[in-house]
Amino acid sequence: MSITQLVGIFLAAILTENYVLCKFFGICPFLGVSKKLDTALGMSGAVTFVMVLSTAATWPVYTYILVPNQLEYLQTLVFILIIAGLVQLVEIILKKYMPSLYNALGIYLPLITTNCAVLGVTMLVLDKGAENPEFGYIASLVNAFGAGIGFLVAMVMFAGVRERLEAADIPESLKGLPITLVSASLVACSFLGFNGIVDRLLS
Amino acid sequence: MTEQKPLIKEFTKGIIKENPVLCLVLGTCPTLAVTTGVSSALGMGIAATAVLVCSNSVISLLRKLIPQKVRIPAYITVIASFVTIVQMIIKAYAPALNDALGVYLPLIVVNCIILGRAEMFASKHGAAASALDGLGMGIGFTAALFIMGSIREILGAGSWLGLKIPFLCENPILIFILPPGGFFVFGMLMALANKLNSKNTAAKTNTACSACPMNDKCSRQTGKECRN
Repeated sequence: MSITQLVGIFLAAILTENYVLCKFFGICPFLGVSKKLDTALGMSGAVTFVMVLSTAATWPVYTYILVPNQLEYLQTLVFILIIAGLVQLVEIILKKYMPSLYNALGIYLPLITTNCAVLGVTMLVLDKGAENPEFGYIASLVNAFGAGIGFLVAMVMFAGVRERLEAADIPESLKGLPITLVSASLVACSFLGFNGIVDRLLS
Repeated sequence: MTEQKPLIKEFTKGIIKENPVLCLVLGTCPTLAVTTGVSSALGMGIAATAVLVCSNSVISLLRKLIPQKVRIPAYITVIASFVTIVQMIIKAYAPALNDALGVYLPLIVVNCIILGRAEMFASKHGAAASALDGLGMGIGFTAALFIMGSIREILGAGSWLGLKIPFLCENPILIFILPPGGFFVFGMLMALANKLNSKNTAAKTNTACSACPMNDKCSRQTGKECRN
């Protein structure tokens, strides 16, 4: 796979297939943790990290263990256990060897096991690989990294929007989550504008 | 008869008073993703209900055997097994639904309604009560999905369950079946639920969020959303 194609995959994962705003993965942290910029950054950093790592782990397990043994139906079970185990492992390793990184990301790690964005990305890259045999391991990793960065972009943008909302005068029934969802809808509208931009840029 | 009454309550509370989607705000990802049409919304609701009832009963039966420290991985394993079973059944008997739900079908595993009910309810109650709780919550989830799916399909595609609606089908408001429409309809429905809930003085419900691993970090913890 050429570099241009990989860049295309990366940009598409951030803009046109944004995991939060276009595919609705990881709405819980998106609504829950996007109130402040620093927590939004920490959470998306941790999500990106775990996304790349779990794709790195689940792709070979699926391709070299599950498929040859015709155990594809165990995908869901195996993947969620790999992700849960991996998150625990990463937490322990970071705590021991990289305390500074642990302090920045550590508190968010346990929250990620049940984040559907992580499980979603590991499954979607396999679907893409099934459609297009060229979409191999490297492309999957690039896609996972792009998905994480896309999550970060959405979180950071939305944290900015929410800070403005604090001062706004909102009708009683819309206070809290409803107005947050309506603003998410407007932010998602802006991402619709990216449709087609990646193909044009690279062709 | 005295024993029957609480059981029925376990069943009915999930449908309106503690509706998992509109009041407890759980399972938002599938709610937004699969409600572009009524049929996929119903399919998702039924699949999640089946998983919820089975996992709730099994976890409730195993609640004394599962050690406290590894309970979350144990619950996830039980839930993942049932999701796999449901996935295989849907693949075999409703391949069209399987295509419509796509990756969101296996993602039922990480739907926080299911893990939330396992932690909040099934780990503390008997099997019958847990199964009914699961059924009630599942029906509440399905109902919310059904309403959202109907609104989005009628406005966005001009049809309902595939049946064309005159006038609307010639002038569909496409944005409603696109992602922004999902957020918007969900926000409006939640505002409506807030409005209705602020009127009647229902008893305070325990927030299912405490089961969510995101609990400490989550800003929804204030419990403002569902004013009981």
